[in-house]
Amino acid sequence: MAAEAQATAPGARSGRPSHGLRIFLIWLVVSLAADLLIWFALGPHLPPGTMSSSATEEQSAIKLMAVLSAPVVVFVIAYFGYALTVWRQHEGDEEDGPPLHGHATIQTIWIAATSVIVLGLAVFGTVSLVTSHGAGAGEGPAPIWRPPGAELTTAQQMATWSPGKPLVVQVIGQQWRFTYRYPQFGGFETTELVLPQNQWVQFNVTSLDVIHSFWAYQLGVKADANPNVDNVAYTKPEHTGRFTVRCAELCGLWHGTMFDYGTVLTVSRFQAWAGSTKASLADITRLLPAYATTYDPTVIPAFRSGPVMKKLGLTSAGGGFYPPQDPTQP
Amino acid sequence: MAIETEPGTIQQPGGAGPGAAGQVRAWWMRPAVHTAIIGAVVGYIFGHWLGNLIDSGYPQILPGGGQPDTNDIAIVLGYLFMVIGWLAGLGFFNDLINQMRGKRLLDYQLRSGGDTGLARYFRFTHDHKVVGIQYLVGMVIYFCTAGLFAMAIRTELLSPVHHVFSSSVYVEIVGEHGTMMMMLMTSVILGPFGNYLVPLMIGAKRVAYPRLEALSFWLTPLAFLILLSAILLGGFHMGWTGYASLSVQDASGVDAYAFAFGLMGISIILAGFNILVTVICYRAPGMRWSRLPMFVWGLLGTSVLMTLAGPILVGGMYMTLTDRTAQTAFFAPRLGGSTYLYQNLFWFFGHPEVYILALPGFGIVMELLPVFCRKPLFGYKVAAAGMIGVTLLSFFVWQHHLFNSGIDPDMRPLFMLTTELISIPTGFIFLVAMGTLWKAKIRFTVPMLFCLAFFFNFLIGGISGVFVSDIPADTTEHGSFFVMAHFHYTIMGGLIFAFMAACYYWLPKMLGIKLNQTLGKWQFWLMFIAFNSTFLPLFAVGLAGQPRRVFTYARNLQTLNDWVSISAFFLGLSILIFVINFVWSTVVTREPEVGNPWQSRGLEWQTSSPPPAENFRYVPVVLSGPYEYGVKDGPPVADLNPPAGVLAAAFSGSESAPAEV
Repeated sequence: MAAEAQATAPGARSGRPSHGLRIFLIWLVVSLAADLLIWFALGPHLPPGTMSSSATEEQSAIKLMAVLSAPVVVFVIAYFGYALTVWRQHEGDEEDGPPLHGHATIQTIWIAATSVIVLGLAVFGTVSLVTSHGAGAGEGPAPIWRPPGAELTTAQQMATWSPGKPLVVQVIGQQWRFTYRYPQFGGFETTELVLPQNQWVQFNVTSLDVIHSFWAYQLGVKADANPNVDNVAYTKPEHTGRFTVRCAELCGLWHGTMFDYGTVLTVSRFQAWAGSTKASLADITRLLPAYATTYDPTVIPAFRSGPVMKKLGLTSAGGGFYPPQDPTQP
Repeated sequence: MAIETEPGTIQQPGGAGPGAAGQVRAWWMRPAVHTAIIGAVVGYIFGHWLGNLIDSGYPQILPGGGQPDTNDIAIVLGYLFMVIGWLAGLGFFNDLINQMRGKRLLDYQLRSGGDTGLARYFRFTHDHKVVGIQYLVGMVIYFCTAGLFAMAIRTELLSPVHHVFSSSVYVEIVGEHGTMMMMLMTSVILGPFGNYLVPLMIGAKRVAYPRLEALSFWLTPLAFLILLSAILLGGFHMGWTGYASLSVQDASGVDAYAFAFGLMGISIILAGFNILVTVICYRAPGMRWSRLPMFVWGLLGTSVLMTLAGPILVGGMYMTLTDRTAQTAFFAPRLGGSTYLYQNLFWFFGHPEVYILALPGFGIVMELLPVFCRKPLFGYKVAAAGMIGVTLLSFFVWQHHLFNSGIDPDMRPLFMLTTELISIPTGFIFLVAMGTLWKAKIRFTVPMLFCLAFFFNFLIGGISGVFVSDIPADTTEHGSFFVMAHFHYTIMGGLIFAFMAACYYWLPKMLGIKLNQTLGKWQFWLMFIAFNSTFLPLFAVGLAGQPRRVFTYARNLQTLNDWVSISAFFLGLSILIFVINFVWSTVVTREPEVGNPWQSRGLEWQTSSPPPAENFRYVPVVLSGPYEYGVKDGPPVADLNPPAGVLAAAFSGSESAPAEV
């Protein structure tokens, strides 16, 4: 691009060259090419992929942002490149440039154009929040958007799960592990995150000690885990397979090791897994406190060395977080 | 303004009574940094003893509350009395006490001229030019120290499986790097260049509050050392944001973190307030708002942000300290506190802070572009409006740091809107730059190269900001290396590149010496390439799922991380070239530079380099704007020897009179 501009530079000094037209043409060609590349070549491979509904929606949002911003970047760089090539001081030229103080029309157009783009983005973003697009991000106890049938308020609704109904998974963050509780399967608690395919999942994220952030990368879910807060996020896994869970908020010494892997199974295999896990953990589930949106880890300190600790390695809802004086590696 | 005409005494820091006139003690007898160190040590010992006395048998109700074998009250009181002892050793209280005793104070202006020699740089001095140099050296030291921590971070991230540091030490290093950069670099432009140049640029002989200005500097070495002392206290493992309730349970290093950050908060409030009042009240006759240099506009916005946002930071840090010492439980949810409270307080300061770091950069590039384009600034009013707009809007965006936190989701559209709106005034800066470049006669000097790089970097930083402002896209990017790359592009790529431009542009003015331009070009190209090679891949690393502040990562990201680390070492090398150039040019070669090497119309270049003790022999009368390049038969920028009547009319309160001259 710079070489192209240099080739036309001699012409620029004779007659009345149309610098604006040249920059416009460079911009048009390059940004069109960039946008096509982003949309067709790069777009389908953009993170976080298409494993779940929220991941797909986030991918399309990132793709749209890229397509919108590429022409802006190309415009500024093309302009600067052209200006630096064509309008440089020539050897021995000590004269000042033309005293141009401003241009009312151009300034007005610029302000109007940027305002339209920015307000358009804000409107687009707001509309996308009213739909499912913002549901992958933690929205606190009262989300703006819920999937159909997600008004799980009564104990009866929470008691069982059947396909077609949102699956509730409570994510309990603590230093430095996540544990997962399935209230619709008797409230058992496990360190394995298993989800059914093509079913809405409701994550209720909370913490026992400090702020963590539950980030299921391939599912496009990120929700901060605050103590005494129920932070809700929704997603619908669409493909079976494994996904990564990482803590995305610095939570102390071993923040870097706070990751595990989850699995998406078909509905029948998920039900089989849930049934067998519920049965095998039944003796521990009885000892746990009743399902609640938040827990006080100091309530049942006796659990710290009890049977729950022995079987699962940690107790989560039952209390017993790592005391700060004892920062051992989990 | 009453001008003191009584003949004063020779400058003595801390002041002296009338009887002491003319008596100058030897340098080691006068209050300076060595007496300050003695005061600090004595103060710390006293405070620590007092804290241990108070603390004995105090019950701890919060979970954690620091390590059981340390005493947070003793540490915090130790720091508090250390600050008091340090300031007493510097002679800061002498004037106050003398005033209370009814003794006459020395006139400020005599102080600024009377203090000469190298020793004045180690004293509490009221000369804004000395404070500027003190700040400059201090900031370079702080920046390089924090940069070394960054080198350590990148060393650790060379491999996901082989570790140089333990997990704990790694997180400490991350916290030290982030905190030192974010808290001390708030003053990286306003400290050296603001304090030194603003009076020169607005035609003033002094700043409004020389004592506050000097105090604001002398708090920074303490903040720096206290922050470093966190390492001795077990470090802090919560990054620069210091979120509760991690801050309540973490090791005693948090006391150092919160105290240092709060102290720096006080420093920026004072520094900002001084510049704010100076710009409003000390402009020379004819220096109308429409003639104010862009750099001064930028610092005016910065000062407003510092003065208004700083107190929130001090409050948040104070609450953290009381939670850890007096067990107030502001941030302990179990005892009725809220972790959101801290997040809100922190980011209500923290987001304006991002613009405290951006605005001076805007000011510098718009100040320098007309000089090296040899054209007037395109759209002066748009440029000023852009900076005012950024200043105002920056107070209304803070919750975009909490998009995933579970705070009321109804707030999200509002903060998404305000966040995206801020790109309109930021866009004005680009409009102004592009208009100024139009048909210009660009001179590719070293400062100009850094200015142009600023626009490239800030473009990438700004565009990536649009990605993170949209909530669905942000869900993946939040808390990942994408965000980290984004703000390094705006702060390092923006502010630090502008700082380098300012150094190469104004150091000849401030020190009266030439900087080596060849080394400058080497530094520029190495820094520009290494910077982009470091941070551009980090966008991809973040999108590929690497969270911030982790010492281990997915194996498939090792190639990218290694690339980034090696680039980062080259980036460090480019900063080393700057330091070498700085030392070489100021200490070894010392080529004098007395004139106006850039043929600038700025008022600061109309006096000699370095400027005389009182900047201008007479208060100048400003006749035209600073960017009138290429205007045929235009008036000069200022009349440096105005007729007596003009000045008298100006001081009698009519500002429009001299402009008619």
